Amino acid sequence: MSTLPTAKAEPERSGFIGWGRVGLACVVVFALVLPFMSSGYHLFQYAQVLNYAIALVGLNLLTGYNGQISLGHGAFFAIGGYASAILVAKFGMPYWVTPPIAGMVCLVAGFLFGLPALRLEGLYLALATFALAVAMPQLLNYKHFDALTGGSGGLQLAKPGAPFGLPITSDQWLYFYCLGFAALLFLAARNLVRGRIGRAMVAIRDQPVAAETMGVPISYVKAMCFGISALYAGVGGALSVTIVGYVSPDSFGLFLSLSFLVGIVVGGLTSIPGMLFGAWFIEFVPNYADQLTSSLGENAKALPWAVYGVLLIALMFVMPRGIAGAVTAMAARLQRFTNATKRA
Amino acid sequence: MSTFAHQFFSGLAMGGVYAILALALVMIYQATHLVNFAQGEMAMFATYMAWNMMDSGLPYWAAFGLTVVLSFAAGVIIERVIVRPFAKAPVLSMVIVFIGMVFIFNSVVGWIYGYEIKDFRSPFPEKAWFGNTLMSSHESGVIVVTFLVLALVYGFFRFTPLGLAMRAAAQNPASSRLVGIKVGWMLALGWGLAAAIGSIAGMMAAPVVYLDPNMMSSLLLYGFAAAVLGGIDNPWGAVAGGFIVGVMQNLVGAYLVGTQIQLSVALVIIIGVLVMKPSGLFGRVIVTRV
Amino acid sequence: MNEPVATPLMQVRALKAFYGPLQVVHGVDMDVAAGGITALLGANGAGKTTILRALSAMVRREGDVIFAGQNLKGQATEDVARLGIAHVPDGRGTFGALTVAENLRLGAYTRRDRAKVAADLEIIFSYFPRLRERYQQQAGTLSGGEQQMLAISRALMLRPKLLLLDEPSFGLAPIIVKDIFRILRAINREQGVAMLLVEQNANLALDLADHAYLVETGRVVLGGSAQQIRADDAVRRAYLGY
Repeated sequence: MSTLPTAKAEPERSGFIGWGRVGLACVVVFALVLPFMSSGYHLFQYAQVLNYAIALVGLNLLTGYNGQISLGHGAFFAIGGYASAILVAKFGMPYWVTPPIAGMVCLVAGFLFGLPALRLEGLYLALATFALAVAMPQLLNYKHFDALTGGSGGLQLAKPGAPFGLPITSDQWLYFYCLGFAALLFLAARNLVRGRIGRAMVAIRDQPVAAETMGVPISYVKAMCFGISALYAGVGGALSVTIVGYVSPDSFGLFLSLSFLVGIVVGGLTSIPGMLFGAWFIEFVPNYADQLTSSLGENAKALPWAVYGVLLIALMFVMPRGIAGAVTAMAARLQRFTNATKRA
Repeated sequence: MSTFAHQFFSGLAMGGVYAILALALVMIYQATHLVNFAQGEMAMFATYMAWNMMDSGLPYWAAFGLTVVLSFAAGVIIERVIVRPFAKAPVLSMVIVFIGMVFIFNSVVGWIYGYEIKDFRSPFPEKAWFGNTLMSSHESGVIVVTFLVLALVYGFFRFTPLGLAMRAAAQNPASSRLVGIKVGWMLALGWGLAAAIGSIAGMMAAPVVYLDPNMMSSLLLYGFAAAVLGGIDNPWGAVAGGFIVGVMQNLVGAYLVGTQIQLSVALVIIIGVLVMKPSGLFGRVIVTRV
Repeated sequence: MNEPVATPLMQVRALKAFYGPLQVVHGVDMDVAAGGITALLGANGAGKTTILRALSAMVRREGDVIFAGQNLKGQATEDVARLGIAHVPDGRGTFGALTVAENLRLGAYTRRDRAKVAADLEIIFSYFPRLRERYQQQAGTLSGGEQQMLAISRALMLRPKLLLLDEPSFGLAPIIVKDIFRILRAINREQGVAMLLVEQNANLALDLADHAYLVETGRVVLGGSAQQIRADDAVRRAYLGY
């Protein structure tokens, strides 16, 4: 990590990087050991957490850092997933080349969606992306695309095994496969937000007028941010389809998009590592609640969504200026504290 | 020709539902400049309440009235308890709170009533009115109800002191306080009215789309499209927008793209209008001289 | 510093006012006589408008405001209005998208005595006949002078005991200002409405007012009858310009 020039460019953070390194080392060790301590379905779930986390990082770049609200990132997750599935099922491509392609497709789609979205203020952008999320399953089901998309039946994919005769199970391999992409994309996101573009993104969110007078190309940064954000969602979708082995329009409903929102709020707006926790939350909370089903009756499977709802509102209550505000305030306080100790 | 007419009129009827829903959205937008993403789920919840009352033997119109009143009360409470604390929070926080409400209403209904689709009665007779072959009595009934709601809302805001005070509070809160209007309560009343109106939309839609916890998400999208098309601060526009969206949905669905992707009509309308003419077709231009 | 006024309708003691964490008014004492006209003079940014806003509880305040024997501590803006203090804010605060008729009806929003409201409307028309002509017109389309008349009339529809006027001359042609001030004096004499007037134009204000206070950087630095204030050398040089 210390080889990264951006880390050195910000000496005031050095106090945190010490702790950050320890934390990172723990996460890395844990992530590498995990597949040998669990198996089968659990491992699939962990891989899915990584894929969700990738999508959440993308959404957080857009919403948390750049202040553009998207309620429709499930749509880009869907486009990425379908792109990958079609390339494998219809064009015979190997699955492992599809995530970058799916990412590029979504980059373009996101950029194009982001261009008109530039003219939309917060609430209206939320409205437009909400519409995208609601309409997506129907669009995927469009009968003239049936030849490619498989219609409402969707597409079935073979589950890939470990390559090069590696002595690991297919589940373990897929976990590492997703882990590789996740690590790469997390690192890229971290560099992005710490760099010049990241500062421009935040400046546009907090002080659009000042940012413009300081020469930040607002339109370009916002549209690009939308594109990159969609790219992340698309790669997450492509990976997810590979490990699920199946894709259909119903997998990408409104609630997927809204879950992503839950994920970034729970994980922390303007936090990159927090997205792992957010993803863990949206993958496992419904599962835990599912296990309660038997004791509370069949319909209790609805309850995790209520948990989401209460949690969302409660989090906003605790931090009325939004989590982003609280984090900024906290960071400023820490900054003052470290500066004070340095001087002392 | 007769299929065309049929599509047109059934679109008009569904348009009535969108119009009522859009009216509810406009109500909250005018009062607080927010788009209530939970409007659909609130209406769905109310419709289940109505179903429950009828199921336990209440006559239709009694259940209808009671549901509207309870929805009104619920709307007021939601504003005071959940929305009010976020009055000064950024838009993102408010949107997140609305999404939280979507989750809560949806899952609580699922928990209480389950996910199997239920029939919901229409208050209108089986036989079409006046030998009308183009529209069922429910379809004509929905249109009548739409205009009744519009007339009531218009009369309330135009002719009652309370309605005037609500308009004033939405327009200029500071001056409203200076003449003694309790602005906070006006916003809560606005929410109450929106919830009550929304519940009517739910009860009018349910006989057509059937009752299930996810019935409202696509209806709400059409409601958004209607509100945006008509100008989100304009009640008349919202109603006109509702009818236009309803008819367009049916005609575009039947003759252009197929009924399978009707929702994209709403998507295209929303994005198209927001990008090209954010004030909508009938957006009000206020003349001001200084 | 403070001249005792015959029968104070409003007594202000140690009033402080804040915008967020920023204190703008630093302990003001003053009295407003029943039935009289009191003026607050001072330069731009002295805190005159903030004092009026503090009286109407539009900004955070500390200290005591006693109106007709009642302490207004903890009263919200709308409660203050209901007690009979009508405020014509700076910028007039008319409801631009509503009609003149609706603006006037809003002024009487807290009153339930319909017959008297109707009678008051006629009285207002006798002072401002222009408003009768414009009755169904959108308030935003009125001229500046007409909007100021409407703002004053809307405040009068409350049938207040005290009228707070924030720069009624602002942005208006001198001839219209003269007209409005003449009508204000008539209303004061004939209807017995006490007035507290904030005005940058000291000449104008002292012509109208019985009493005046001079405000500088959030403090009252001088108070007395209009004649006394006019006679003060410092005031003459700094504010009256002769």
